[in-house]
Amino acid sequence: MIEVRNITKRYGRQLAVDDVSFSCAAGTVTGFLGPNGAGKSTTLRMICGLATASAGTATVGGLPYRRLRDPGRVVGVLLDAAAMHPGRTGRETLTVAALAMGVSRARVGELLDLVGLNRAAAGRRVRAYSLGMRQRLGLAHALLGEPQVLILDEPANGLDPEGIFWMRGLLRDFADRGGTVLLSSHLLREVEAVADRLVVIGGGRVVAAGDKDELLAGDGGTLVRARDQQALRAALDRAGHQVGTVDGRLLVSAPPETVGEVAAAAGAVLLELRPADTGGLEQMFLALTAGESVREAVK
Amino acid sequence: MNIRWWRLILVELRKMLDTRAGAWLLGAIGLSTAAIVAVLVLFADPAEQTFGTFFVLASLPVAFLLPVLGVMLVTTEWSQRSALTTFALEPVRRRVLAAKLVAALVAAVASVPASLAAAAAGTAVAAATGGTGGWRIEAALIGYAALFQVINVVMGLAFGMLLLNTPVAIVLLLLLPTAWTVLGGVVERLRPVAQWLDLSLTTEPLLSPDVTAGQWARLATSVAVWVLLPLVAGMLRIERRDIA
Repeated sequence: MIEVRNITKRYGRQLAVDDVSFSCAAGTVTGFLGPNGAGKSTTLRMICGLATASAGTATVGGLPYRRLRDPGRVVGVLLDAAAMHPGRTGRETLTVAALAMGVSRARVGELLDLVGLNRAAAGRRVRAYSLGMRQRLGLAHALLGEPQVLILDEPANGLDPEGIFWMRGLLRDFADRGGTVLLSSHLLREVEAVADRLVVIGGGRVVAAGDKDELLAGDGGTLVRARDQQALRAALDRAGHQVGTVDGRLLVSAPPETVGEVAAAAGAVLLELRPADTGGLEQMFLALTAGESVREAVK
Repeated sequence: MNIRWWRLILVELRKMLDTRAGAWLLGAIGLSTAAIVAVLVLFADPAEQTFGTFFVLASLPVAFLLPVLGVMLVTTEWSQRSALTTFALEPVRRRVLAAKLVAALVAAVASVPASLAAAAAGTAVAAATGGTGGWRIEAALIGYAALFQVINVVMGLAFGMLLLNTPVAIVLLLLLPTAWTVLGGVVERLRPVAQWLDLSLTTEPLLSPDVTAGQWARLATSVAVWVLLPLVAGMLRIERRDIA
């Protein structure tokens, strides 16, 4: 449903987005991950026709956004929950949008209920809203036109844990009913629970993309710690596994079950045994987030 | 004209009025109009208390403040960053801008019956309290006044589009006539130029029932420079700019 091909954004000499390509299929949630300033928002704005790409194309449902007829009925967009007129009430904000999209006023009330803004909150001006309330209002705004696609930039910002949990359920449900969701975040944990696919960008380039489970499992292997580390290591070596050390644990290039069998056969007492699941992606993510100097220091 | 286009215009009209700033501005226009009419009833020479005079003076607060509404119709989209949602819902930007232009025109034209009503109230009270002016008014005057309001509000809109900054646009809008007066007073050679370019001078004839061909020419020139030029430049600017 969303197709981004070699999209590039240049500001003077600086490349904010550099040859980014990915696609989002119907029925999936795609997490668009990257540290702040990686080019996530710029990419999303180019998809929505708000910023002009220096090169490359983006389409939604096969059409460039600017050629969509009634885009609000096709794509629900929440690019910045802070970008609402503070002088309008929550209800008025949605009413104006409903008028613009040509959807019935009754939907405004339905959506206020759905996102948990009660009558009193809806009647207050947006100026008085917390960021979490603005995110809820923004989500209601995005869902107003009954779109098939959602594009959300950092929708979890400002939401409390309960709100994040609620939003995950809502997005999961939207995708399970055949919708397409593209949501960005600078926190891996935030999208990990809801995304099917991940696109990770850093410094304007895609550094990893693919199925979430594959990416997270990656070449992580198994982390294991035994009372007699030396003996276990020797046993694993004998069994022909690659063994490394991470934080006082052994990192083994085999699934936990195999490692457990080797340990049992060697009579080793295990203190810890777990897949090094998010290790690969998380470490890459940390490396992206850390500045150049920090990366040097870690080496 | 399709339904989508009508919707856009209705949205822009609604956005003009549904914020506190919009409501305040309309209230201020209403109050100052009422104040001017009251002053006229209380202090003007009874023979001058005609419907026409009431109407012309009641139009002045509108002419002064409605352009601010025109400015804000555009600039708040940037200062409050609501442009992000406006142009996500209608990515063809000139369509949004055209809808704003129509909304501004509607506001300008709608102000005329409001001024007429204020003037009628003033005339009625004046007549009851000894005024002798009566209900004379030239039809042309009403048409000219509508044009006067349209020019002013579209100029506000155009300045807003070109500058995309509320205080700068408003200050320039209000300062421009004063600047002409001051410059014209200091620099002798500017005076004939002002006759053609000072919009506050060239629109003056619109507040009388007779406008000469020369006055039309001067009006057209100044409108081209201060209204049409910034309008086109501002539209082009917004078409090309990234929305952030």
